[in-house]
Order: sequence, then C-alpha cells, then structure tokens
Amino acid sequence: MLEIRDLHVSVEGKPILNGITMDVKKGEVHAIMGPNGSGKSTLSHVLAGREGYEVTSGTITYEGKDLLEMEAEERARDGIFLAFQYPVEIPGVNNSYFLKAAVNAGRTHRGEEELDAVAFMKLVREKMKLVDLKDDLMKRAVNEGFSGGEKKRNEIFQMALLEPRLALLDETDSGLDIDALKIVADGVNALRTDERAIVMVTHYQRLLNYIVPDHVHVLAAGRIIKSGDRSLALELEERGYGWVLEQEAAA
Amino acid sequence: MSAVDHYLNAFEAEAAGLPGRGQPWLDGIRDAGIERFAEVGFPTPRNEQWKYTRVAAIEKRRFGLPAAATPVTARQLEPFLFSGLACDRLVFVNGRYASALSSISEGEVRMESLAAVLKNEPALVEQHLAHYGDMKRNAFTALNAAFMLDGAYVHLPRNVAAERPVHLLFVSTEDGGEFAAHTRNLIVAEEGSSGKVIESYVALGDGGYLTNNATEVVLGANSELEHYKLQEESLKAFHIAALDVHQDRDSRFTSHAVSFGALLGRQDINAVLDAEGAVCNLYGLYVADGRQHVDFHTTVEHAKPHGTSREFYKGIIGGRARGVFNGRVHVHQDAQKTDSQQSNKNLLLSHHAEVDAKPELEIYADDVKCSHGATVGQLDDNMLFYLRSRGIDKEAARGLLTYGFAQDIIDHMSLAAVRDHLEGILVRRVPAAESVAGIL
Repeated sequence: MLEIRDLHVSVEGKPILNGITMDVKKGEVHAIMGPNGSGKSTLSHVLAGREGYEVTSGTITYEGKDLLEMEAEERARDGIFLAFQYPVEIPGVNNSYFLKAAVNAGRTHRGEEELDAVAFMKLVREKMKLVDLKDDLMKRAVNEGFSGGEKKRNEIFQMALLEPRLALLDETDSGLDIDALKIVADGVNALRTDERAIVMVTHYQRLLNYIVPDHVHVLAAGRIIKSGDRSLALELEERGYGWVLEQEAAA
Repeated sequence: MSAVDHYLNAFEAEAAGLPGRGQPWLDGIRDAGIERFAEVGFPTPRNEQWKYTRVAAIEKRRFGLPAAATPVTARQLEPFLFSGLACDRLVFVNGRYASALSSISEGEVRMESLAAVLKNEPALVEQHLAHYGDMKRNAFTALNAAFMLDGAYVHLPRNVAAERPVHLLFVSTEDGGEFAAHTRNLIVAEEGSSGKVIESYVALGDGGYLTNNATEVVLGANSELEHYKLQEESLKAFHIAALDVHQDRDSRFTSHAVSFGALLGRQDINAVLDAEGAVCNLYGLYVADGRQHVDFHTTVEHAKPHGTSREFYKGIIGGRARGVFNGRVHVHQDAQKTDSQQSNKNLLLSHHAEVDAKPELEIYADDVKCSHGATVGQLDDNMLFYLRSRGIDKEAARGLLTYGFAQDIIDHMSLAAVRDHLEGILVRRVPAAESVAGIL
C-alpha cells in the first residue's frame, strides 16, 4: 500500500529525514518510535502533504501512485488521514459544516452520492459513540474550546467518519490521561480492519500496550535505525533509546 | 470653477428649496455648514483625519441633485430586505423619502421623513438636530448640514420598548446620474426606551453617485439602542458617513457597522459617553477587494466615570484594495473606573492589499482599565493545512477560513434575519465563493 524509498527531506535547507525506507501493507499497524527531534512528525506531515517540506530525494508510492505529486486534499480524498498531534482550532468554522464537507469531498471523489444533512447526522451519531463524544460538539467551531482530550478524541472521530485506508496517528497519545488514552485506543482498535493500514508515531511505549502494533521502527536522526515486532517496543520501554543509538553508532 | 465654488453656487441656487428654509435656527445650521465648508474645502492628506483616504475623486466631480429617475418598484427592493424580519420600513430613493415603498405600523414609536418634519413640525427636532455631528472637525458633516435634504426621524418615547425594528433603506439608482444624497437621520431614544434601527445603503445598478450621510443618535438615561449600518453601495459610488452618538446616564448603545460596497467608503463613528454608567459597544466588519478603499474612523469619548466600551473590528482586504482603521479612545480626567477594550484584526487576502490600522488611546484618568490591540495578517497555514488534510481543496479552505474570520462580528448581532442576510453577502465575497456556499 505504502512504499517509502530512501526518503530525504529538508526544512529550510536543514536535513530532517536522511533516507527512510519502509513498507506498509494493508491491514498492518506500524509504530514509529524515537526520541524528540528524530523526525517522527516530519515523516507524518510529509506523508499527509503539508507544504514547507523539501523532498530532496527518494520516492513515496501509495497504492501504485506517486504520492509526492498529490496535493494534501487529493491524498485525503484518496484515503490518507492524519490525526494531528496538535489539532487546530478554527474559530468561526462550524464543526458540522466542516465535517460534512470533508465526508462529501471523499464521497464525490469515489463517485458516490453526497450525503444529505439527515444521512450525515445519522452517520455522525453512530461514529461519535466510538469515542464517547456528544453531538453538541457539532454546533461548535472546529476544535474551539475543546479540552486536550476532546481534541484527540475528535481526531479519531474524524478518522471513523472518513474511513481512510491509511491512517497516520501523530502522537495521538501525548498529553492524554489514562482514561482518555483508553477511549482513544479503543476507538482506533475498533477501526482496525484487514483493509486499513495504521501508522502510529509516538514517543511513548504506553500507547502500544493498548494498540498493539505488528511492526515497530526506531527513528533517530532522520533514519530508521532498528525495526522489529512488538518486543522491540517493550525493550525500548525497559532500556530506553540509549542502547539502540549505541548499537547504531557501533555499526 | 473650483469644487468649493460649485457647492457654494449650488447652495445659493437650491437653499430656498431645502426643507425647513426660513426657520431661523435651521437656517443658522445650514449657513454655518456652507460657511465652514467654504472655509476648509474638501480634506487633504495633510489633515491627520484623512491621511490615508484621499477624496480627490470626490472633489473632481460636480455632484448635483439626482436626475429624475424611473420609479423604483417594491419588487426591486426585495433583495435588500431581511427575510423573515417583521419591521417598520422607511425607504429613500436617491436621498428622498418614498412613501409608497415604505410601511409604518401604528404604534408609540414615531418615525417619518425628516424633510416632512422640517417642513411641518420643525420644533420637534430643534433640540437635537445637528447638535452632535461636529462640522468643525469634518468638512463632509458641514456640507451635509448645509444641504441636508431628507432622511429619517425616529423617536422612541419615554419607557417605550419598540416592538419592531425600524429599517431605513436608502436606495440609489444608476439613472439618477452623478448626484449627491446628503441624507440626515436623527434617532432619539428617550429615557428608559429601547429599540433597534437598521440603516442600509444599497444600489440598483452601477451608479457613480455620492452618499454623504450624517446620522445622530441621542440616548436618554437608561435607554438602549442597537444600531445596524450596512453599506452595500454600488462599486462605483462614494459613501461618506458620520454617526454621532450622545449617551446619557446608564444608556446602552451597540453599533454594528458592516461595509461591503462603494469604491470609496468612509465611516466616522463618534460616541460620547457623557454621563455615568454608559455602555458603548462598537462592532464592525469591512470587506474590500478590487480597487476599493474603506476607512473606519471611530472615537469613543469617555467623559464621565463608570463607562464601559467594547470595540471589535475586523477587516478582510483583497485585490488591490486598501483598508483603514483608526480607533480612538479618549478617557477624560473625570472618567474614573472606565473599562475599555478595543481590538482590530485584519486579514489580507492578496500581496497587493493594504491595511493601515491605528489604535489611539488617550487616558487622562488614573483608575481605569483599558486595552487595545491591532493585527494585520494572512490566513493561518496551520488552519489551511488542517482543512486540506480532510479533503477540502485549497481555495475552498481559504474561503471557509475567510468566512470564519468574519463570523464572530456577525454573531454579535441580535437580529437573526440580519445575520442571515449578511452571511449571504459575505459568502459571495470570499475566495471560492461557490464551493464555500455549497459547504455552508
């Protein structure tokens, strides 16, 4: 589904990613872990199509297409979803208009009919249950006045609404207390299917106790220095990042 | 002939026919107006109040009385009405009252053509008319005082709460030619009364006329007025207006000033909180693109203690347009315990758009709470990316954010029908208007 080959990315002339290669197949859950400043968020932003990143070399292929040729909105309509580390507050833009536009953009792209207001609200109510949100939130502006936990749950709610084929979760666990983390993780787990791939970027192993990944990668200084299965995450939890970094330096 | 001579000659020729001519007190006002205008002429950029707004284009023209225009029909006015709003309505075509198009219900609130009042019962307005607009400070106010032809007189009697808003609709027609409409409104809210007045200025066609309006609002003790001013003039027209507000003890005044139209629009708002406990809220939104120029100059005079003022203005400037905001708050020495906030935020939609934002705070009292802030910026990249990452295309995202930027100013309006009307206009003025309209 997603093939990243030798990806190099700079921001304002400064290299951030220095040759990332990884494959994500449908149905898989990947966790990308690493210390602060390792390039985790850059990777998820580049995948989602944020402007301001310069891809200096390498390729990203998504379902056979050159992802780097696609605008952010085209990627979204084509099934890529980014759950933001810091969901953005948008005063004056009503949540329900925004989400209906987002849902219908995807539907139109897939050649499906747009949902009317009634069908849309029915869908909203169904998906909201997943992350325990109340529908008064639909009358509010996007993320405005939401608590930290509400914002993160809202991201997963949007994921449920948009039903992406590739979901990128950027530090979705950071800043959440354990109850909120459980709600978010339950939501994500409910959305795991054989067709959907999930890439989680996280600083903390804790999340992986609740969303169990198939593959774990360690990102440091813009490169994947170690990959493994879930046991790698447990080892990182126990021993910290130091030993992988040392191994890498020795190699 | 110079521009000043043009208006002096016009005054000589037309004065006898102006409403109320022969009333000594009114003659005095008109004569003082034309004398003041003859003395100072049109403002130049050397005048600090007009530093960013050149009126040379107005000075160059020779605006006269409107040509005899084809009659306006009720049907033509429909787009300018607020659907679902039960209100009284006074319609003015090219600056003159059109009774056939107006509808006034029976009730305690008095409303009628000012020209009729000046002809028939001038004593009614003698106490207030032209007492608040400062013709020394503003040459256009002086010109208006000289030529004031018609407009509305609205009177809210003591302790009367008006049941219906009053809509003053000023329509200009293209076949009126290059005319000047020196309209004058007087709104008097007696002690304990309350009401809502909407002034709207609209055009049928694409005329290059001048609206030179002066509106005075007098608020008695403990009275309350919500005032709306919607400027939707033709994009070739000039709109110059002064709103002068005088507030007595514990009175509450709220202004919503929205500007979409005119090639050149200039609105002055001056509120004097002249007794204890007065509250003044000024909300404003200006939208300009192409080569439009829009200028808001507001002054809040806190003259007495325990006054409160809130001022929130937003501007959306695109194309090669220019916006000017000058917000002056003057807290007099006597005005202890004043609580004043002012904020002006501007959104630039193009590299050629320009905004001059100038808050002016002058405080002579020592026990006050005052704040102000002004910003000029572009659409937020984080917000844009967030919307795009959900599948909304770039231009529609820009449009949606632009719409959202203006939303909180409109939200302050208590009349839902007016909010709906304005949202309809606003959505047509943002990037990717059609897509945005589809989303909303």
